[in-house]
This record gives sequence, C-alpha cells and structure tokens, in this order.
Amino acid sequence: MANCKETLRELEPFIDGELSDNAREHIHEHLDGCVDCQQAFEFHVELRDAIRRKASNDELPEGLLQRLEVCLMEDFDGDGKVGNEPAR
Amino acid sequence: MEFAPQLYSTALRMTRNAADAEDLVQETMLRGYRSFDTFTEGTNLRAWLYRILTNSFINRYRSKQRRPEETNLGDIEDLYLYRRVSSLESAVSSLSAEDEFLDLFTDDEVKAAVEHLPDTFRLPVLLADVEGFAYKEIAEMLDIPVGTVMSRLHRGRKAMQKELYEFARARGLVDDTQEPV
Repeated sequence: MANCKETLRELEPFIDGELSDNAREHIHEHLDGCVDCQQAFEFHVELRDAIRRKASNDELPEGLLQRLEVCLMEDFDGDGKVGNEPAR
Repeated sequence: MEFAPQLYSTALRMTRNAADAEDLVQETMLRGYRSFDTFTEGTNLRAWLYRILTNSFINRYRSKQRRPEETNLGDIEDLYLYRRVSSLESAVSSLSAEDEFLDLFTDDEVKAAVEHLPDTFRLPVLLADVEGFAYKEIAEMLDIPVGTVMSRLHRGRKAMQKELYEFARARGLVDDTQEPV
C-alpha cells in the first residue's frame, strides 16, 4: 500500500485519470484508510470542477455564429464554389 | 457549429479579449472546414478542432512573445490552496448552505487566474482542467513531450491556486492568524 507522500505525489495524475489501473488501485487502498489524504483529494476534485464550471461559461457573442455560417458559405478560395462545395 | 461555444470560451481564455477570440474561432472553423478531408472518421472531432484552435493561436499570437520557455512562475509549494483552507474558513461559514467552498471564488476571479498564467502554462491548464483533454492529446496539440505537459500542469496549477488565494486576500477573506497550515 502506498504511503501519504507517495499518494499525494500521484494526486494530479489520479484526478486527471492518467494512472494505470494498478496504480489507481494502490491509491484507492490508501485513501480508504487515510482521512487526511482523502480530504486533500476531495478538495482538489472540487477545485477542478469549480475551475471547469467557472472558466467555461462565456456566452457566444450574438453574430459570431451567423458570421461563421456566412463564412463557411463563401467562395473563400475563389474557385467559383461556395464553402459547402469545396474543391477536392 | 456544435463546438462553437466551447471553442469561443477557450479562445477567450487564450487571447484574453473578445475581438481576438472571435477571430480565432472563425479562423479555426474555416481551417477545420478546409482541411476536413484530413480528419480521420471515427476519431475525436472535438480534439481535432482543438488542435487547430491551439495551432492557430500559437501561430498568430505566440510569435510576438520572445523566449516563452524561460517564463518563471517562482517557487510555489505543493497543495498551495489546500494548505490555506483553514485561513478561509470564517469566509466559508458565511456562504449559504448550498454553496460549495469553492463558490467563494467568483467566475471572474477563476477566469482571471487562468488568464494571468503565461502562455506556456495557460495552454496546458486550459486544455486539461477546463476542457478535460488527456495528457497525450495535449502533448500532440502543443507538440511537447507528455512529461513536459505534466510538469507545466503542476506548476501552472500551483500558480493559479496562489492567484486565487491572493484574490481572497484582496477581498479581506483571509484570516492571517490562521495561515498557512
């Protein structure tokens, strides 16, 4: 079973879902018996979640979507065909 | 256009202003459209678009920045924010019951904490923490080794936590007699 130091070192890859099943299992075993590490892990999971929620909620400006649609319909390469009929 | 809102949000964090973000999204969609024949059916369309977004951003804006690799974030201890939670506890107790501790930070503060990171760290943090891409995908998008992705994430995240803590301090939420644990 991993100790606290080893467990905290793997905190980021663990939360990122980047550990092997085996390494993950070791961390779970430690967390099951260690309230301190459990708290640290939960804090960082919540922090990640808060960052994702709060940094990705911008509203698409009115007009951008329309401009995108127009630009994908234009004859942008001058081959006489609009964007939805690209020359291959 | 399914991915336009997400791409715009990311572009805003990258460029830090609305006009550039709109241009960047437009360039991304156009380049994606033009090179759609290089997209492999059955692979991740979102990751493919983000790769174009990231490349467009780097080509367009990063050339202005000299020697980005030398950016120094200073030495910040691990678990920076977590070790200081107790100094924020009196502020937390004033939150309403349904609020989580991290709702202490406003959306604008979190956005600013991401945006204040130098490009070198901001891109991996954005792609991992906000967009949820895997290390390998980020390594491909930024054309750096996976180990470099990990070390930049580690350092960038600490810097972001320090910034959040400073925002709390500026708002008078830090109880200095309690810090750090």
